[in-house]
Amino acid sequence: MQRGILYPSRKVFVQSSASVVGGHEMKGPLASCFDIHDDKDEFGADTWEKSESEMQRLALNCAISKLGIKDTDIGALFAGDLLNQCAGSNFGLLEFDIPYLGLYGACSTAAEGLVIATLVSGSGYMDRCACVSSSHNCAAERQFRYPIEYGGQRTPTSQWTVTGSGAFIIGKDDIICEGDNQSGAVEISDVMIGRTLDYGITDANNMGAAMAPAAADTLRRYFYESGREPESFGLIVTGDLGFEGSKILRELMKTEGYPIYANHVDCGLLIYNREEQDKHAGGSGCGCSAVTVASYIIDLLRCGKVQDALFVGTGALMSPTSTNQGGSIPGIGHLVHFISHKRDV
Amino acid sequence: MNLSKQTYKKYAEATAEKTPCLKNCIKAFLIGGFICTLAQGFFNLYKYLGIEEETVKSLVPVTLIFIAVLLTGLDIFDDIAKHAGAGTLVPITGFANAVASPAIDTKAEGFILGVGAKIFTIAGSVILYGILSGAIYGVIYYIVKLIMG
Repeated sequence: MQRGILYPSRKVFVQSSASVVGGHEMKGPLASCFDIHDDKDEFGADTWEKSESEMQRLALNCAISKLGIKDTDIGALFAGDLLNQCAGSNFGLLEFDIPYLGLYGACSTAAEGLVIATLVSGSGYMDRCACVSSSHNCAAERQFRYPIEYGGQRTPTSQWTVTGSGAFIIGKDDIICEGDNQSGAVEISDVMIGRTLDYGITDANNMGAAMAPAAADTLRRYFYESGREPESFGLIVTGDLGFEGSKILRELMKTEGYPIYANHVDCGLLIYNREEQDKHAGGSGCGCSAVTVASYIIDLLRCGKVQDALFVGTGALMSPTSTNQGGSIPGIGHLVHFISHKRDV
Repeated sequence: MNLSKQTYKKYAEATAEKTPCLKNCIKAFLIGGFICTLAQGFFNLYKYLGIEEETVKSLVPVTLIFIAVLLTGLDIFDDIAKHAGAGTLVPITGFANAVASPAIDTKAEGFILGVGAKIFTIAGSVILYGILSGAIYGVIYYIVKLIMG
């Protein structure tokens, strides 16, 4: 039985992607890559939860309009967020006439969606699928931690939940957005579903440490099975390990015999100017990897600056109830392998 | 990975960036000290205005609570508390913020199931254990007084 690297039965491409972010993200180094933003993080809604839903709606709408298709041209939609009952996705994507499956993979949801969309599109059941994920700093903060205006002091290992939503449209044809002659197609050649790993981390302010072993496990399994060395990939992108998790992951990979120092980047470290913006260990949340991959990473692949990238969407499966009951925080990491078809740089 | 949970947890804790305790303590001392000085200023001001001392003792905390709640509503308190830590938490300002912030957060969920039910999410522990320890102290005080005559 196949449990490792999963290859779609036919070629699958990222046809379109879109990113929507808030004000803090627009002050970060990737600002010019994002499609839509609202500096006030409100997106015209009167509650933070509705703002998150609106971000998802905008993200998918943007991805669809880039392709010039209708929502009925999409076979299935896989979406998730951090809110209880996946409220962000359930409400935000109501207006689209697309069969829908809700996902929860904590911060790994973007990768989880990509894995499922790739396998479904690649199986031949559907020619085109979409996946969307999001997080909103204020909505997540008040659900998982403290009220937004509460005057607490954050630890240096804590991460900042990204306000953002990323959408991807995955399909069997390598359609390139209209009027874009410079870009190349981006293929998803294979994926790997992560294993849930619990290394006993109980500190909800050190999610990076909780997720690093899961990311290392997925990468190790991938390198072992594919027989490829880490240096042979253009980029190894992790979701939101932040400063702490990235440090640990690089150490763990070194001890596993697969050093990734040369080409590892983390979306949580890419999205903010960590010191300047006072973001402690970096960004986190479903939106973190979703917007970074949907904009910056896909752009790098489209223009051929990076020939192939391994994206490991990391998630800390934290429940405030279990944490209060003394439980630990399991981590997970799903892998997506992107290949650029742009050769002449 | 050949790594036990205990080993990993120890490693993660050891490698984690440490909280700058000394810097935080100094900032807490200075900002907390400033708040107490400010309160003493109000105390002197109210007395200077000819208000009775017993009333002033209630007026000073009320003033601090008002300022803390106002700053919470204006989205300023958390920016100060981020640096102050215990400096804003320990005086009554921290309690005021702990009550006002959930109230602001839950307003959208209605006044009964939102604000009413969740306003003491954080301050509830302070109220419960504050009253409980007050009662225990009262009993001890009563017994000691009985014995000592």
